Amino acid sequence: MSRIRFTRRLPAAFTAAGLALAVAACGGESSTSSEGPAAAAADQLKPNADLSQQSLQITVWDGYTPKELPEKVKAKLKVKDMKVALHDTNEVAMTKLTAPGDSGIDVAFVSGQYAQALNAAGLLEPIHPELIPNLANLYPEATQLSYDKGNKYSVPYTWGTTGICYRKDLVKKVPDSWNDLLKPPAWADKKVTMMTTERWLALPAIKALGYSVNTDKDDEIAKVKDLLAAQKPHLLGYDDTTFGDKLTSGEAVMVEAWDGWCPTTDPKGNIGFANPKEGSDLWVDTMVIMKSSKNKEAAHALINYILDPEIHSWAAENINYKVPNKAAMERVSIPKGSLLDIKPAELLNGESIIDLGQASTKYTRLSTEITAQQ
Amino acid sequence: MKSEVKARPASRGRRLGAFVFLSPGVTYLIVLMLVPLALVLSNTVFQRGRFGGVVYEFTTENFERLIDPLYLGVVGVSLKLATLTTLIALLIGYPTAYLIAQLPPKWKTVALVAIVLPFWTNFIIRVYAWIILLSGPGVINSLLGTDLELLYKQGTIVTGLLYSYLPLMVLPLYSAIERLDPQLREASANLGASAFTTFRKVTLPLTVPGVMTGCLFVFVPSFGNFVIPEILGGSKSIMVGNLIRDQFLKARDWPFGSALALALIAVLIVLLLVQARVTRRA
Repeated sequence: MSRIRFTRRLPAAFTAAGLALAVAACGGESSTSSEGPAAAAADQLKPNADLSQQSLQITVWDGYTPKELPEKVKAKLKVKDMKVALHDTNEVAMTKLTAPGDSGIDVAFVSGQYAQALNAAGLLEPIHPELIPNLANLYPEATQLSYDKGNKYSVPYTWGTTGICYRKDLVKKVPDSWNDLLKPPAWADKKVTMMTTERWLALPAIKALGYSVNTDKDDEIAKVKDLLAAQKPHLLGYDDTTFGDKLTSGEAVMVEAWDGWCPTTDPKGNIGFANPKEGSDLWVDTMVIMKSSKNKEAAHALINYILDPEIHSWAAENINYKVPNKAAMERVSIPKGSLLDIKPAELLNGESIIDLGQASTKYTRLSTEITAQQ
Repeated sequence: MKSEVKARPASRGRRLGAFVFLSPGVTYLIVLMLVPLALVLSNTVFQRGRFGGVVYEFTTENFERLIDPLYLGVVGVSLKLATLTTLIALLIGYPTAYLIAQLPPKWKTVALVAIVLPFWTNFIIRVYAWIILLSGPGVINSLLGTDLELLYKQGTIVTGLLYSYLPLMVLPLYSAIERLDPQLREASANLGASAFTTFRKVTLPLTVPGVMTGCLFVFVPSFGNFVIPEILGGSKSIMVGNLIRDQFLKARDWPFGSALALALIAVLIVLLLVQARVTRRA
């Protein structure tokens, strides 16, 4: 582990690389915190800025916002233009947002722990509450999220939990414990999938063992690894994109799933979602404004527009995701027993996954060890 | 002296012409290949930031991690699967290319188009098509009335790689076999060699460059592939490509991802050099 500080005295061989990187470094990790110069810059935001001079570019998961959002935003906010870029995972969004240079993105949709990492890297603009009056629509619980108490740099868009999505007609016992997934009974052998995204790959074993979802203790991670390694021969595969299809086709009978991704609205009514008794996480997808944005007033106006109950309720009505917006959820008719029928206080029992900084590499290694295991 | 004086303008003209014609290609190579490659490779000596990204502090740790048994194991699996794919592709590809080369010209064209035809469809779609065939409730199990586990195994990954890259074996082999002078084989037969001896002593040695090129064309993309292990292997086995992808996208550890990429490039350069040497000798 030989580490040497990078100085000019290093051999000339590194100078060329250094020069190239100097260009790249402007978009890289910065030591600037969100409290210092950024706050000063943010103070210069004009509440009555002429939005017709500003254009918006957002990055969001495909299908996560209404298709007609740009047209509606342009009509309502009178911004010059609005473009939507898509990402399929948080990781892809992070690559886009942390790559050297200006990403051109004004508002990004990422999960809470990624917002936390972006903020720690000094890439986020602090949220100006006075430019987002609709923040008042949020549940009080939504302002107490552990990764960003008081919504200082992120505004929650959707929230939910992770559990077991299962085929009611193919299981011999309704799953109620992570162990049903980790030690599948004979009738579910090789008909079970786990998520491949590393923190969620580890989540069931972590909760089954009674640890914190944010543990970075080596001995606990070692026990998690043993449990996951013993499970692997009984798995159909690792999957966090098509597990719903596998369940619908009957190829899988139980899968680890985010609640909103569990196809409980399947017309045949064969699919159910179980919250394991050992507890789970509370995941939050958020909206953040990039410090590099040149359209910060428009970015705040966009978030305010999305928090409008009529707009925000779209996610609950169309993609079956709970939204942390009290006024929006009150507009939605929620059938009893629906995935949407969970009170915010119950949701807050779940433990938020936070970014672990350098310790997150332990989870990458764990994930590699499990998937590489023969 | 006179001739030298005369030659100089012509040589300058040639150089200028070469410069003009080569500059778009060279610029393309520099801007889109060498510069990004240099940027990626320069990351290998720096550290991962606490929340991802790159911290410009020198370290050799990324290279030390390359010899970690965990990652060497993944390289081993990649080598095994890519080698197996290449060998099977050669076993299927050689007779296929040989037969195509013997066809009448009209049928040759038809056969070659048939070989290239799959490339007209998107790679991902073709790989997903295998799920429809091999999944539990898929076409094969439905037709056979069985419940066979055909998907999410290393064998399925090899099948996917083979299906995707077999044309890259057949085409260079066909080209090498097609170029063979038929009189050489006739001479061998006239001198009393059996068909097998003619193949072993004449055809095969003369088509070694095609064999090498085909093997390289199949091995290289198979070795670095990450889509097929994920889709057809159910992520239960990972290859070097997955490892590199995960470092960049999941771990946000660009320095180590770059070191892995550098190692992969080094392996491929060695293979290219071997291929060039064998081709030159043949």
